[in-house]
Amino acid sequence: MTNALAPGAVERHLRARRDAGRRLLMPYITGGVTPGWTDYLRAFAEAGADAVELGLPFSDPTLDGVTIQRASEAALARGVSTRRILAELAEAPHPGVPLVASTYYNLVLHDGPEAFCAALRRAGVAGLIVPDLPVHEADELADAAAAAGIDLALLASPATPQARLAEIARRSRGFVYAVSVMGTTGERAALAASAAELAARLRHGTDRPILLGFGISTPDQAREGGRHADGVVVGAAVMRRVLDGAGPDDLRAFIATLRRALDQE
Amino acid sequence: MREASLRPGPAPAAATMGEPGPRGRFGGYGGRYAPESLVEACREVEEAFREAREDPGFRNALAELLALHAGRPTPLTPAGRLSRELGVRLYLKREDLTHTGSHKINNVLGQALLATRMGRRRLIAETGAGQHGVATATAAALLGLEATVFMGERDIERQALNVFRMRMLGAEVVPVTTGSRTLKDATSEAMRHWVGATAGSHYCVGSVIGPDPYPWMVREFQRVIGDEARAQCAAELPAGVPDHVVACVGGGSNAAGTFAGFADTTARLTGVEAEGGAGAARGRLGVLHGCRSLFLQDGDGQIVEAHSIAAGLDYPGVGPEHAHLRELGRARYVTVTDDEAVAAAVRLARAEGIVPALESAHALAWVIRAAGDGGLPAGSTVLMTLSGRGDKDISTLKELL
Ligand SMILES: Cc1ncc(COP(=O)(O)O)c(C=O)c1O
Repeated sequence: MTNALAPGAVERHLRARRDAGRRLLMPYITGGVTPGWTDYLRAFAEAGADAVELGLPFSDPTLDGVTIQRASEAALARGVSTRRILAELAEAPHPGVPLVASTYYNLVLHDGPEAFCAALRRAGVAGLIVPDLPVHEADELADAAAAAGIDLALLASPATPQARLAEIARRSRGFVYAVSVMGTTGERAALAASAAELAARLRHGTDRPILLGFGISTPDQAREGGRHADGVVVGAAVMRRVLDGAGPDDLRAFIATLRRALDQE
Repeated sequence: MREASLRPGPAPAAATMGEPGPRGRFGGYGGRYAPESLVEACREVEEAFREAREDPGFRNALAELLALHAGRPTPLTPAGRLSRELGVRLYLKREDLTHTGSHKINNVLGQALLATRMGRRRLIAETGAGQHGVATATAAALLGLEATVFMGERDIERQALNVFRMRMLGAEVVPVTTGSRTLKDATSEAMRHWVGATAGSHYCVGSVIGPDPYPWMVREFQRVIGDEARAQCAAELPAGVPDHVVACVGGGSNAAGTFAGFADTTARLTGVEAEGGAGAARGRLGVLHGCRSLFLQDGDGQIVEAHSIAAGLDYPGVGPEHAHLRELGRARYVTVTDDEAVAAAVRLARAEGIVPALESAHALAWVIRAAGDGGLPAGSTVLMTLSGRGDKDISTLKELL
């Protein structure tokens, strides 16, 4: 796919939708998890996703719970690599909403931040999340990402002190990824109380879009998350279904229930 | 005594093996590449460590634990018969004689005391050979803390004795079933667990790896090996310092502790890695488990599983300070095979009546090889850290011999 997204595209897109009163939804998919994985991207967008988080699998995902670990393992067992995922992406029709890659820093360093960001850009990816790259280590990638027109979104956590939260919000691009809970990715029975607190603390200092992620598993939780932040990221709940064999149509239906829940707000 | 024992020679850079640079960097390596959820916890550990090391109360308490509980100082044993066979003068720094049987206890007592000071009631640890797990379980029992130890399923099988020891000491041993089911995956799992447990638990990292301040802090807690050995060499060796200092390298904690005592001398420093786990010798730049260092990777940047007969060397990377020492040329890193290590273990047993840990046998295997091929000139003095005793490896050895 040839890329039509200009620098800052993720943020412009998300801001515009938010400012129009819409709660944002970013489902997650592990790249290469199944042979026809790019079909999920289209299904997500058709079901009302505002962006899609695309996981580039890493052998040692230190911030992921069992579901996304299993998805990464499955993808790697199929022999995929960052290169192959981006090549498959480039051949598929663009879903029409921004794609935000997420991966661990080792994969970024492997070819170097410049080459990595350029490759993302060529494949039509407009944003990037690196969960093991905190703000104080982000300079080298932030510069390369900016030069390539990739929005590098930073993560904030319930344990982050206020001053640091402000710095994260200031330096983040695209949106701020608010980690809802002190824990790894994975489905949870309820939205953690820390989610609301963190979103409120972030909101205090920035008008950049804030997406709540980690643990958001059901339409009710999405609705609640959407009340505290500008929107939600749904990862493990999507990937559990994919790993259980659910196809793009099944996921389209699931994402649509999340969409409706968010729209009810 | 220390100053007087120094031979004249080019003065190595003063900062070598001192405090790391800003933000926990050793040259271009190190750093704090932790998930944001762990950054504050790392900062708290750093702050507590900086305070503690300036506090005579903490230092005395640790020195007392090391003396009365761990059995320090450990002897410097001349390996008389083996030295004659090899044509070099080999001295063994006997970490195998510490309580629990390896150098791991030095670091763990330091961190456990720090955890107590921070008000933490529980220790989290990862372990490969089980020695760090046993040390953690021991320190927890001693100080009235809880301990949860993550261990790869494969290591649980080959280190059954240590698993039993940990459980007997009251620790919870959690089997890790992901990836290679060895140390790398146990470390990932311990980190994931810590993310959800920062409030009441201290992550007691077992080597000079992990996010800042761990590589530095663990080296400082292991420095006791090098400092003692330095003083012992000053007393025993005509030249005051050995020509060569050798230690095995998994993550690199016993080597870092040993090297730290000699970084400012003319001694040549050699770290010995397992052929299948040679992060320093064959790794490339990457980030894993919180730090920027050298890791074994495939052509796509995926971390490669390490393989060593010594579970404690079964790690695909090396601590960031070792990457830096290598780049500076201050230390060199070499590899030996499983077979060489096993042969070295037998040779030490027969020549000196000491059964070494298979990890330590790697260091000895290189000494034996280098004494034979001129890598260690005849007559040179060699200090080698014997990081642990071989009891834990008996069943592995029994199957091979
Ligand atoms: C006896 C012994 N020596 C060496 C090592 C390697 O660790 P490091 O390189 O951190 O000293 C281990 C690790 O378990 C060990 O048990």
